[in-house]
Order: sequence, then structure tokens, then C-alpha cells
Amino acid sequence: MNGLLRPVLVIVWKDLLLELRSKDLVVSVLVFGLLVVLVFNFALNNAPGRSEELAPGILWAAFAFAAVMAMNRAFVRDQEQGGLEGLLISPVSRDAIFLGKALTSLVFMLLVEAALLPVYAVMLNFSALSFNLVLTIFLGTLGFAVVGTLFSAMAVQTRSRELMLPVLFFPVVLPVIIASVEASTRAVGGETFIGLGRWLPLIGVFDAVFLVICPWIFAFVVEE
Amino acid sequence: MTTLIGEAVQVRQLEKSFGEWPVLWDLDLSVPWGQTLVLFGANGAGKTTLLRILATHVRPDHGSVAVAGHNLRARPDAVRRRIGVVGHRSLLYDDLTCQENLVYYSRLFGLKDHKPRVDEVLEKVKLGDRAGHLVRTLSNGMQKRAAIARAILHQPDVLLMDEPETGLDRESVAILDELLAEWTASGRSVVMTTHDLDLGLSWGHRAGVLRGGKVHFPGTDSHGGKDENGDGAIRQAVTAALEAGR
Repeated sequence: MNGLLRPVLVIVWKDLLLELRSKDLVVSVLVFGLLVVLVFNFALNNAPGRSEELAPGILWAAFAFAAVMAMNRAFVRDQEQGGLEGLLISPVSRDAIFLGKALTSLVFMLLVEAALLPVYAVMLNFSALSFNLVLTIFLGTLGFAVVGTLFSAMAVQTRSRELMLPVLFFPVVLPVIIASVEASTRAVGGETFIGLGRWLPLIGVFDAVFLVICPWIFAFVVEE
Repeated sequence: MTTLIGEAVQVRQLEKSFGEWPVLWDLDLSVPWGQTLVLFGANGAGKTTLLRILATHVRPDHGSVAVAGHNLRARPDAVRRRIGVVGHRSLLYDDLTCQENLVYYSRLFGLKDHKPRVDEVLEKVKLGDRAGHLVRTLSNGMQKRAAIARAILHQPDVLLMDEPETGLDRESVAILDELLAEWTASGRSVVMTTHDLDLGLSWGHRAGVLRGGKVHFPGTDSHGGKDENGDGAIRQAVTAALEAGR
């Protein structure tokens, strides 16, 4: 386990250091996320009493688009500067490379979501102080990160990566989006953990299945 | 240095095509320990492809390849641990300093107590005073030297270098010259490609020309060393290969 964990953490450390220095990913995704919720807020009739109905949908639409934006950049720097090749000729397993990149994406997205959630709560008039909501966001984002990392590795090798990633990504993560919206609606409505029903386990199963499948496929994706 | 088994590089009946386009076919090659093999050839002859296969970055279609005694298909991780690669790109991150890049790679290679080793290799390529500089602020030649530092960081047994002299000034070539001599003197091996005939012939214990998907060794005696007319024969063969293209 230590043999897998160490390189994963090294990759995360490197990506966080690069992001701290450039700040281009977090800032652009953050601004994008704010713009999305701002547009939705004015475009939809968010009258009192309707927020519980609308807020989760808007929340996850913003998170999903922000995830695509973040994922589009996940491998770009590595591809452009040869870092991916450097990783591939190092004695680090492909699983560790995948998990390192996925963990980095998860951390970036959770940071952005943590910053956006209070703003969304104020603008869309719902309470963000809900353990069930936070758990749903964490599990949904994990699904985005795992699937998005795989498709980002595929898309970065194509010329039209900005188009390719959402085309591949959205059909696969659709169950996560549906389940996350359903679970969030119940969480915002004040339901207990049991009250979230089958939606949270569904996201958990999705995450677990793709955490096994994606690293395996990734090894073939990066092979020349 | 780890125990050196068999030959540094052993390639048998290697074939590689990209789509319908064959690049290497029925290629045999062996590099003994303590030697530098220099490969010449026209653009598109497959020099880089061969090095990328040896570096485990490209999967061969057919044939067996062993580097540092480890089969490429069976134990790619063991091979990666024992090779150092200098390619056309530095494989360094522009927004990290030289030192941060090398610390990153030493952690990937699991080096213990990496700080002195990082300082040592930076001094070796005369970049000690640039350790804290971002890679993007270095000249091309300095980035190449930093890439060489990255490649030798984990003390690999086999160095794979793709046109390492490109972009290097005279002082940097002298650094590389010293490094290659030190490398082979310690029993380790180097496989490199170059377009610079004079430098290649001065660096290589053996020189081959990649043409028609195979490596030819003109001017080589029956023991694999250079014969009396070795350099002249190589020059002729390289000129012929360049004129003929692939």
C-alpha cells in the first residue's frame, strides 16, 4: 500500500505546488462557477419556496461544468511540458499515476466547491450547513474526478480535447448527476441520512466501480 | 550501481510499425556493459522510436527486448528503475525550479536522502548556482543540462540519449563528454542517437547506422570493435543513409 500511496502523494504535491505558483486553474474555475450561478439566478424564477426545488439542480449544473473545465486542464500541463512522459518512464505504476491525478482533481474541485457553496447558499437561499449535503457533494465530486481523469487522459491526446472531454464525460457521469441532485434535494429539504434513500448508496457504488475500472483502462490509454 | 547481468541492451527481431508504416523490422542489437553505442541515421529512420522502445515508452509489435538484464514486457518497472532518459524534451516543469523538479523525480524514484544527490547532480552539470531558478527562465542549453541531471539522478545503469548535443554550447558539450566517459568507465552503458558525426564517433565505442529498419555496423571487425577503416566506413554509410532517406 505504501508503494502505491507514496508516488500518489508525490504527484499531488507536485500538482499543488504548480497550481499554487500559477493559480490559473482554481481561479478560472472559481470565476466560472460564480458566473454560472449568477446566470441561473437571474434566468430562473427563484421565488421564495422554490429554492429547495431549484437550488440542487443549479448547484450540480455548476459543479458539473466546473468539473469539465478543471478536467480539461488536468493533463494539459503534463502533456505540454513532458511531465506525463517523465511519469511514464519512472518506476511508478500506472495505477499510482492515475490515482495521483484523480486525487489532485478531487482536491482542486473540493476547494472550488468549498468556496462556491456559501455563495450559492446565499444566492439560492438554502442552508449549506448540512452533513448530508456535504457528503453528497464529496461523493459526487469523487465520481466526477475519477471518470473525468480517465477521459481527460484520453482527450488530451486529441486535437479537439475541449470538445472531446464533455462528449465522453457527461453520458458516463449522468447517473452521478441525477443521484446527486436527488440526494441534494432531500438534504436541502432537511431529510435525515436514511431519508436520502437509495441515491447516496448509488453514488457510492458508482465511485467504487469506477475506482476499479478507470485505473485499469488508464494503463491502456497512456500506452503507445 | 546495481549488479550488472547479461548485456546492457539486448534486442532480438524487433519490429514496430505505426499503422501501415513499418519503422523497425527484424532488428537485432546488443550493447555490452561499459560501452557507448552511437546510432546515426536519416530523419524518420526510427532512431527515436528505438530509444522510446528501450525506454519502455513505446510497446514493440514483435521481438524481445531486454535492458539491464530485465525483459521489457515482463518487468517494465525494473527496466524503468535502471534507465535514465534524455529526450528532445527536458521532461521538467517550467514553473518549478531546477531543484524542485529534481526533488520531484527523486521522490518518484524513491531515493532516500535525496537532497545531497540533487545538489551533486546539479553541480555535475554546472547548474548549482541555478538550483533555485524556475526552469522557464533557463536557456535551452541549460534546460538540456537540467534534463541530463534529471536522467542521471537515480544513477541508472543504462543511459538513453536522443541527440543530447542539440542546443548545447561548447562548455556544455565538454560536461557531457566528461559525464559519458565517467559513465562507461564505471561499467555502465549508454545508447545515444546523434546527427553530429564527429561528436558521435568520438563518444561511441561502437557506431551503427539505422537504415531500412535495421542497425548496420559498417567498419566493425568480427569482435564488434572498430576496424582500421572504421570511422571512414561509418562516415560513408551515414552519408549514403542520408542521401537515401529512411
